Amino acid sequence: MAFTHKHLLGIQNLTVSEITTVLDTAESFYEISTREVKKVPTLIGKTIINLFFEPSTRTRSSFELAAKRLSADIVNFNLNASSAAKGETFKDTILNLEAMNPDAIIIRHSCSGASHYASTFSQSNIINAGDGSHEHPTQALLDAFTMRQEKKDFQNLKVVIVGDILHSRVARSNIFLLRKMGARITLVGPPSLLPEEFKKFGVEIDFNLDHAVKGADVIMMLRIQMERQTKNFFPSVREYRNLYSLSAQRFGRAKKNAIIMHPGPINRGVELTADMADCAKSVILKQVENGIAVRMAVLYLLLGGKDREAID
Amino acid sequence: MEEKIKAKVMDSRKIKRALHRMTTEIIERNRNLKNVVIVGIRTRGIYVGKRISKLINELEKVNVPVGVLDITLYRDDFSESEAQHMVKKTEIDFPVAKKDVLLVDDVLFTGRTIRAAMDSLIDLGRPKTIQLLVLVDRGHRELPIRADYVGKFLPTSKREIVQVRLKEIDNSDEVLITEPPGIK
Repeated sequence: MAFTHKHLLGIQNLTVSEITTVLDTAESFYEISTREVKKVPTLIGKTIINLFFEPSTRTRSSFELAAKRLSADIVNFNLNASSAAKGETFKDTILNLEAMNPDAIIIRHSCSGASHYASTFSQSNIINAGDGSHEHPTQALLDAFTMRQEKKDFQNLKVVIVGDILHSRVARSNIFLLRKMGARITLVGPPSLLPEEFKKFGVEIDFNLDHAVKGADVIMMLRIQMERQTKNFFPSVREYRNLYSLSAQRFGRAKKNAIIMHPGPINRGVELTADMADCAKSVILKQVENGIAVRMAVLYLLLGGKDREAID
Repeated sequence: MEEKIKAKVMDSRKIKRALHRMTTEIIERNRNLKNVVIVGIRTRGIYVGKRISKLINELEKVNVPVGVLDITLYRDDFSESEAQHMVKKTEIDFPVAKKDVLLVDDVLFTGRTIRAAMDSLIDLGRPKTIQLLVLVDRGHRELPIRADYVGKFLPTSKREIVQVRLKEIDNSDEVLITEPPGIK
């Protein structure tokens, strides 16, 4: 039952029992955010650094609130283009921050493997908050937490993940996690954003959303990154919308009690129509709410207890 | 190696009598029983609390709600313990503000659990009073804490272990003194 990792770099190296431990622990933390005093003294005296090389509001604030509700001190470093332009290397940045004696560093970076690289020389607990198109483990964990809330069991759950699979770290972490837990996954998207290689992960691939949503329990829409649109992965947003947007009509083909998920931020009218985003079957805001409980659990499991040998 | 059982200090009859006596004391001390709520500390405090609630109901026909407190997040030994403790849920579905809270645990030892429990409770609201009930007080306090209701005072040596077993989870009602393996 124990969680003995020093870092959280990805879902790929977690076992089913470790994933379950995180989800169970998050269950206990959920209630704290509903109290009048939304704070427990658990991580008092711990220092956590939010190190974001890519813009993010939701993930960064979610980690920040999670840390604060556990009484840890948290500092935000948002290294945008201008500070990177000063020429400091990634390693030097981490070493400089480490000189301030933090206990954990939460890293988001546009390069896949950035968190893993940091973990090879850092003394702190490293938490991956998204590295390139590799992994975004806390997103997958909060998605799983939300699915478990709604569906109880992962066995044979049919999960359809739609959109830009190629660039999506959310998709990868979700695939790793859901496959381990026994769910069935169908990936959907335009062929340019959905390479056949994904079949290696034990998932099905479908280029036709109308067909894929049939009998789905969970439909997870991924954000279309408009900033990548310059590279012409699909002819036009309008065409993408026609083929891959979740409308009421398409959603009608899924199971009656199916749910709609999205890691946010949503492009209304692109990944899904506005009425779908706001309907009762949409758990998009629940995902955000659950994110805090799951991140509290992760911080607790990594920082509570004695220093552990690095086994990652 | 199994731990060695040194003595059985309470059996089910003795536990029952102690619970009855403490229930009477609670009723005596709390004129307004309707304002009393019970909060049991995980794990065995829950069952002691439930039994007390049942006894109060039998004697006075007052329904005293029982909540569950998990103190893991309030422990003061995080940096000392080997691995993390599993956090379980706190389930107190009634307000504790302005209530007479009867905090219940199985064994009172260093007092650190009770310190953590009181901090946790106060974060949930400001109780009118907090009273403490324990089945066994084994001494060796490290903090200035005492119990209001004690099932049995039990002088022990520090390395001994006091084990409370309760039917609800251990299949029997008894209090044992044991010693960890490897000590003569």
